[in-house]
Amino acid sequence: MSFGLELLLKVGVVAAIAPAMALGLTILEIKGSAYMQRRPGPLHVGLRGFIFPIAEVLKFFQKEDIIPAQADRSVFKWAPAYIFVSVFGLFVIIPASPTLVVRDLELGVFYLLAISSLSTIGVLTAGWSSANKFSMIGGLRAAAQLIAYELPLILSVIGVVIQAETMSLVGIVEAQKEWGVPFVLAGQLIAFLVFMTAATAEMMRVPFDMPIGESELVSGFLTEYSGIRFLLFYISEYINLFVMCAIASTIFLGGYHIPFLPLDWVNFYGPLVLIGKTFFLGFILILIRWSFPRFREDQLQSIAWKILVPVSLANIFVTSIMKVVF
Amino acid sequence: MVTTIDPENRPFVSEASVSVEIETEGMTLNIGPQHPSTHGVLRLVAKVEGEQIFNVEPVLGYMHRGYEKLAEVRTYPQVTTLVNRIDWVSGFANEIPFMAATEELMEIEVPQRALYIRLILTEMARICSHFVFNGAYPLEIGALTPLFYAMEDRERVLDLIESVTGGRFHPNFNRIGGIKPAAGAGPTTKKDIQDLPIGFYKETQLAMEKILAAADKFEDLVGGNEVFRARTKGVGVLPYDIASSYGVSGPILRASGVKFDLRSTTDYLPYKDLDFEIPIGENGDCYDRWYVRLQEIRESAKLVLQAIDAIPTGPLQTKVPKVIKVPKGEAYVRAENPKGEMGYYVISEGGLGPYRLKIRTASFSNISVLPWILEGVLIPDLLAIMGSFDFVLGDVDR
Repeated sequence: MSFGLELLLKVGVVAAIAPAMALGLTILEIKGSAYMQRRPGPLHVGLRGFIFPIAEVLKFFQKEDIIPAQADRSVFKWAPAYIFVSVFGLFVIIPASPTLVVRDLELGVFYLLAISSLSTIGVLTAGWSSANKFSMIGGLRAAAQLIAYELPLILSVIGVVIQAETMSLVGIVEAQKEWGVPFVLAGQLIAFLVFMTAATAEMMRVPFDMPIGESELVSGFLTEYSGIRFLLFYISEYINLFVMCAIASTIFLGGYHIPFLPLDWVNFYGPLVLIGKTFFLGFILILIRWSFPRFREDQLQSIAWKILVPVSLANIFVTSIMKVVF
Repeated sequence: MVTTIDPENRPFVSEASVSVEIETEGMTLNIGPQHPSTHGVLRLVAKVEGEQIFNVEPVLGYMHRGYEKLAEVRTYPQVTTLVNRIDWVSGFANEIPFMAATEELMEIEVPQRALYIRLILTEMARICSHFVFNGAYPLEIGALTPLFYAMEDRERVLDLIESVTGGRFHPNFNRIGGIKPAAGAGPTTKKDIQDLPIGFYKETQLAMEKILAAADKFEDLVGGNEVFRARTKGVGVLPYDIASSYGVSGPILRASGVKFDLRSTTDYLPYKDLDFEIPIGENGDCYDRWYVRLQEIRESAKLVLQAIDAIPTGPLQTKVPKVIKVPKGEAYVRAENPKGEMGYYVISEGGLGPYRLKIRTASFSNISVLPWILEGVLIPDLLAIMGSFDFVLGDVDR
């Protein structure tokens, strides 16, 4: 198969899977929150409420795409694309099986860091170009938060990298296969918790949703967006949720691998196992989202710098010692 | 009020919509009048430096409906309709002080049974109001779920109020000299005749038990939440001397540690026959203001339970003339409303309606302390503090 054709195929598959997963998580979120809040709408209206998320998405297509008069038009228009690309780009390294992966990069973890920090630019430009003070504050808060939580996000993975002796995500899963247990049970529990916390903050979900805190900043950097551009943000949010949970389940929960299943069939059950693990983590984040208020901006920063960074550094230290001793 | 707008130094309106550049000396952030969490149309012109606020100027009047003036061209029974709409979250409680002031002018003795029904419904209105706060306050700091639980529990009480008065928010149930009798009711000799719906006592008992359980649930779910505590403890501390010098009243004053409750000191309703506690806070921060209101829900539920046991039989209405004319004079009656002290100053010239009606509302006085308390706080705390004040714009602007 020629390189061009292969690329086209891979992009096509990712482009088909990503929105489907986003829709799945949207349904999970809407139904989950409705169960928690006893809301009759999403539970009973229209095909037992399953029509709700679809209506939610379709609604945006018929809305007017408003660009504020004072906005920096081109920047304003392109800001959602930045975020979409950065989220989409992360699909490259997620392995659904040893072979079902867009590209198994040697430096997969580095790629994760590099691509996920792209969204900072999108958020900042969205906030700045909207010509709205609430957007501006939201954008700045988001940028500060994304930069602060990038560090623990990566530092927590480094413990795993040391343990697995590779940065490739496929390699990390294979290492867990050799260990027999996923890394979350093999001494990386703290790293897992740090990673999930930092990932929640990277996704700007409750309790770390200060940048888009709707009760104070109206909608933060999203305030002036409407119609299809808002939909891009919205979908990226859920794709991001899927990607982050998929990476977490790959690195810490064994990814596509599940014990006692025939390894020859991994191409068939691998994607399903990965999606199952991902949705499990996603569901936990959904539970958290609907149970907690949000942290204040300074509390967010001190959690990142005073707790998560030292803890993940200590984790690296301990992991290295264990690696040398045993 | 301390924060009148100085015409020389009027907040620069167009600045809010145009300027996007951040000067190092800070910017003016215009919060409201259309903002998700200003509870309506309060406008705050905040001078901010980064995330820190160094000056806040509340701008009121977007919802001024001129009730004091309207009352002058209405007869006394018609004013009840107006006052229902001042603080719409607890419509029934607004009627009481006006009725009490009018009755004081007319020197009418209200039958005990009517007073007890008034008391029961006032306390129910208090429960409604505090449940709205309980749902809205976590929403203000980012948690959506408690709102749905609070609304569900408030609905039980609203149903009871509706079953008695026929209205959920605006009961318009009080009459001068008593309460509105059901059609053809006449003097009642035993419980459960036509003044209260059949089964009201039993339903109330069940509902109040559910309310008490709901208060426990809220204390666990919201009060026990680490993030909620982190956001509210030590935030927006209001010392009692500042609170009382600004005329702050109600749960906010009590949260600052002042044991002041008009229910126990005045006798506009027979609270003295019943046994209840006045919860007070220790630190005067947002958490205390939330917790005092939660405690008040419990106390109100207990009051209602006691009142339905102690309610005497008898007539609902004193004999009053068909056309109510109030003798010349002045009267001021204040009452402990859910939001704080509410008072009506009625001046009568002997006509069919009040010559002048001055309404002292709790929210108006309570938010006058906002500029003091918001100085130097962060923008997220502004919302946490503002939410803890639990004001209703109808109560501010009238």
